[in-house]
Amino acid sequence: MTARKPRIAVFKFASCDGCQLSLLDAEDELLSVAELIDIAYFPEASRRVKNGPYDIGLVEGSITTPHDVERVREIRKVCRTLITIGACATAGGIQALRNWKDVKEFIRLVYASPEYISTLDRSMPIGSYVHVDFELRGCPINKYQLIEAINAFLWNRKPNIPTYSVCVECKLRGNVCVMVAHGTPCLGPVTQAGCGAICPSYQRGCYGCFGPMESPNSPSLSRHFAEIGQSKRDIMLAFRGFNAYAEAFRKESEAHEG
Amino acid sequence: MKTNSTTIKVDYLARVEGEGSVFIKLKNGVVADVKLKIFEPPRFFEAFLRGRKYSEVPDITARICGICPIAYQMSSVHAIESAFGATVDGSLRSLRRLIYCGEWIESHMLHVYMLHAPDFLGYDDVLQLAKDYPDIVQRGLKLKKVGNDLVALLGGREIHPVNVRVGGFYRVPDKKELQPIAERLKWARDAAIETVRWVATFTFPELDQDYEFVALRHPDEYPLNEGRLVSNKGLDIRVREYEFSFEEEHVPYSNALHSILKGRGAYFVGPLARFNLNFDKLSPLVQEIAKEANALPEIRNPFKSIIVRSLETLYACDEALRIIEQYEPPEKPFVDVTPRRSFGFGCTEAPRGILYHRYRFGPEGAIEDAKIVPPTSQNQRTIESDLRNLVSTYSSLPKSELTWKCEQAIRNYDPCISCATHFLKLEIEQE
Repeated sequence: MTARKPRIAVFKFASCDGCQLSLLDAEDELLSVAELIDIAYFPEASRRVKNGPYDIGLVEGSITTPHDVERVREIRKVCRTLITIGACATAGGIQALRNWKDVKEFIRLVYASPEYISTLDRSMPIGSYVHVDFELRGCPINKYQLIEAINAFLWNRKPNIPTYSVCVECKLRGNVCVMVAHGTPCLGPVTQAGCGAICPSYQRGCYGCFGPMESPNSPSLSRHFAEIGQSKRDIMLAFRGFNAYAEAFRKESEAHEG
Repeated sequence: MKTNSTTIKVDYLARVEGEGSVFIKLKNGVVADVKLKIFEPPRFFEAFLRGRKYSEVPDITARICGICPIAYQMSSVHAIESAFGATVDGSLRSLRRLIYCGEWIESHMLHVYMLHAPDFLGYDDVLQLAKDYPDIVQRGLKLKKVGNDLVALLGGREIHPVNVRVGGFYRVPDKKELQPIAERLKWARDAAIETVRWVATFTFPELDQDYEFVALRHPDEYPLNEGRLVSNKGLDIRVREYEFSFEEEHVPYSNALHSILKGRGAYFVGPLARFNLNFDKLSPLVQEIAKEANALPEIRNPFKSIIVRSLETLYACDEALRIIEQYEPPEKPFVDVTPRRSFGFGCTEAPRGILYHRYRFGPEGAIEDAKIVPPTSQNQRTIESDLRNLVSTYSSLPKSELTWKCEQAIRNYDPCISCATHFLKLEIEQE
């Protein structure tokens, strides 16, 4: 008898769907990956539902409702390994911009009948409610990093995901530095690698999709931004983006408030 | 979920984007109530856009949907350029059309092969389908990849591309860079023809209503980025007049606002609407293949949207090749814009239908107010009326079959409930 295939489940909270879509966007790899693992729960792709427990749970999205707090706790119980995928699940996502505002005001702005809406004051990462075994960064994630992470956990090894900055990738691509050469503000020096330094390769500054790198020196970068003519508000907005609530970026944007 | 023994939680409806449920109540075999409930958690884009700079908008609105980020970027930049009085034409306009073609191919092929076709052939998902039809599924994946690679070439990556900006692009390709993808688009064009022929053989459940189809219409081209808003019942307005004709309603059971035509109610947006209203603007090749597949306007059965999606994919390949052939790089990758206190309006054809954006800007170009109406909120009422009709027609079917048909009918619209845990619970209550 052959060994049981490892079971994988994909769960979703508040998000745009893009990170789990990365799995379906792995067109060349999808069918061979499906040979090796049992995609037991993946509602975006299948109406078939196999109950847990699961060997790996991939979780996309941030927690924004009381119901989702309960749901993520249940999910943790049925997943041996829990991997969060993307900026929403690891840092609260773009919807964490509400965390600096009065959410009731937000509801009034968007909905005619605010009493129908149930939501929390803050959009929070999965890790603030349950233990997370590994966090995959990105808005969206890199599909090859996703395949690497799944592979690593199936073979009980550490995923080979670099934590250095986008600058390293940018140098490897042989790009001219957009900040040095053109004075374009770029979050690359404080942002974790993983995207392949695409923004500088397309002649624009990095806007921080992969969140803060390990031990970023954000205040130093802010000083440089000011030197190249960025206003206090520009700097605040630069750090308050898709990973706004990741600690290093949150602190830096708050330092430039007002 | 009700404890009442007459309510049956039948299944999860999957293969759609977003979290919601369907509630159908039958009294003595007659449909008493249908509700498409969307309980996807709200993310408040329109609220947190306030105070952001105009230049950030295309990157932020892209995050509304990972499947059609280009649509959000395009409606944004058009709205912003209309506010600041900028015109983007020539090669830059063509490049926008080209990247949009990539998104149509990617999104339509995801839906046709991976989300919708399994219904017609009785499979739970594409992986099961691939066991019996490996070559067909491989063709679908390869087609989808061509669309994704076209978006990635022009946009930097397929999901949340980074290269679209107000006024054009950050960087534009030279002629040579487009050649490898052109070769693959030629293959894709043939594969899209095969796709049309394949899906045309499916069996389509009966459903036919007197819909009001709404789409953009442009004098010279099949609509993507620009045009007037027209319908088969006499609507013919400029994009900036949208809110005079349409309004949004907030119903207690849904976190998505329902959009209706004032005084008329439900309407229908998406591939079927575009096709029925713009057949004459399709390329001769697409028209010929449509005739061969016996798919000519006016198609009113939403189940046949799978044929139209395939025809639109063929069009997108054909159009992309035309654009690449005529492409000359622009002198500058973008035109300059000057922010001013203003209103801007934009509406483009997302794969799922018209996507409307309206912004108000302060003097420095910071957003003061935003309104975004996605295609799915416009189709919700029509989906509900489809379900009502479908259940009446097929009420004698065994419950599991009826349920699957209802799921399939919802998937006709490729609904992008934009992103929460993807399950739609289907409840049928009988009295």
